[in-house]
Amino acid sequence: MLSMATLGELERSIMELLWATDESLSAYDLQEALADRKLASTTILTVLSRLENKGFVMRSRDARPHQYRSAATREEHMADLMHEVLGGASDRTAVLERFVGQVSPEEAETLRRLLGS
Amino acid sequence: MIAPIALAALAVLLAWPVPVLLARSRWPSRSPAAALVLWQAIAIAGGFSMIGALLTFGLAPFGPDPLTATVTLLMGEVDRIESWNALALCGAALLTGHLLLNLVLTVVRSERQRRRHEQLVRLLSSPLESGARLLDSPAPVAYCLPGALNTITVVSAGLIDLLDDSEMQAVIEHEKAHVTQRHDVVLVLFRAWQASLPWFPIAFRAQREVGMLVEMLADDAARRSVPDGVLARAIVLVGAGQDRPAVEPAAVEWGGEASITELSARLSRLERAPLPRPLESLVVVAAVALLAVPTVLLAVPVVAALL
Repeated sequence: MLSMATLGELERSIMELLWATDESLSAYDLQEALADRKLASTTILTVLSRLENKGFVMRSRDARPHQYRSAATREEHMADLMHEVLGGASDRTAVLERFVGQVSPEEAETLRRLLGS
Repeated sequence: MIAPIALAALAVLLAWPVPVLLARSRWPSRSPAAALVLWQAIAIAGGFSMIGALLTFGLAPFGPDPLTATVTLLMGEVDRIESWNALALCGAALLTGHLLLNLVLTVVRSERQRRRHEQLVRLLSSPLESGARLLDSPAPVAYCLPGALNTITVVSAGLIDLLDDSEMQAVIEHEKAHVTQRHDVVLVLFRAWQASLPWFPIAFRAQREVGMLVEMLADDAARRSVPDGVLARAIVLVGAGQDRPAVEPAAVEWGGEASITELSARLSRLERAPLPRPLESLVVVAAVALLAVPTVLLAVPVVAALL
């Protein structure tokens, strides 16, 4: 049984592999790429189906074995995330307690002067 | 007829002049904890007196004591009720349902949004030794994602480049305070209040004020570990750095006036002495009194009838 932490890190490794290529990969391709971790193919399939449920991975059932690819690029996901963090999302306080909000360069300059630094 | 009138008067006071006055006053930044208690008392006592006013008005023809009146009403005297009183009772029921439903919806929605964000963070960041997670984004950000079981603190690569060790410590202590003081719970309450009463300009104002007060509380926690100057530098550096979100320019469509106010308020208060203890206690007493008034107005006739 995998711990939640290991599972999380495995999800990340698999997404990194899928993000790195334009092609679809099968569970066996992934198992091979992660050969140094000596993972069972069932483990890989479990992680893939978790990622599919979360909407990060798309599965094509046309071919055998099933082919997997990322639903969006890493950059797109990062943009989504930063959009929420920097307050572009409509309900910006909903999830985060951010360190500060953003200011314009002029405002920042005023503040710097205020601090005398 | 005293109870419904007094409760309605209190509801009006707490819906408008009192929060406007509080939002305008300058002392809250000198004692954010006391001010936060007062805001919560205003919100809860406000809702309580609104519902109580409708309830006691609706029940007034059946006696001064709401409990006995309800029993009388339900024991077959429903046909005796006047339409105005019936309307008030419906209003009380609707308002109660509306407030509770919005609280539940807001909690559920925030939790769903939080979980989605957490999934993204886990995929896009790597764990640091400190237990925080490192996001490889050039925009300098730090925030915490509060959860019932596990809370994640996220810092970006851009932030690490920008801040030195002591400034970084200020940021981390600030985020830790959000977590340990459960600011997410306070915020969700005010978000629900705003969601229930979107036509109340003050609900938006209250949410913003409360958001600022929790930042100040977290700043105060950071000040226990780092000198004020270091915290001030961290506030300015992070605030200034965020005008260039390299990821997506469209992200900065908000902010503006509100955030400059927030930043300068957080900076200027560092030079002001905290509110003297007796005054702080006075604020807390006022908050308790606010909660006591509607409770007493509703409970006294009940107790009097029982004695």
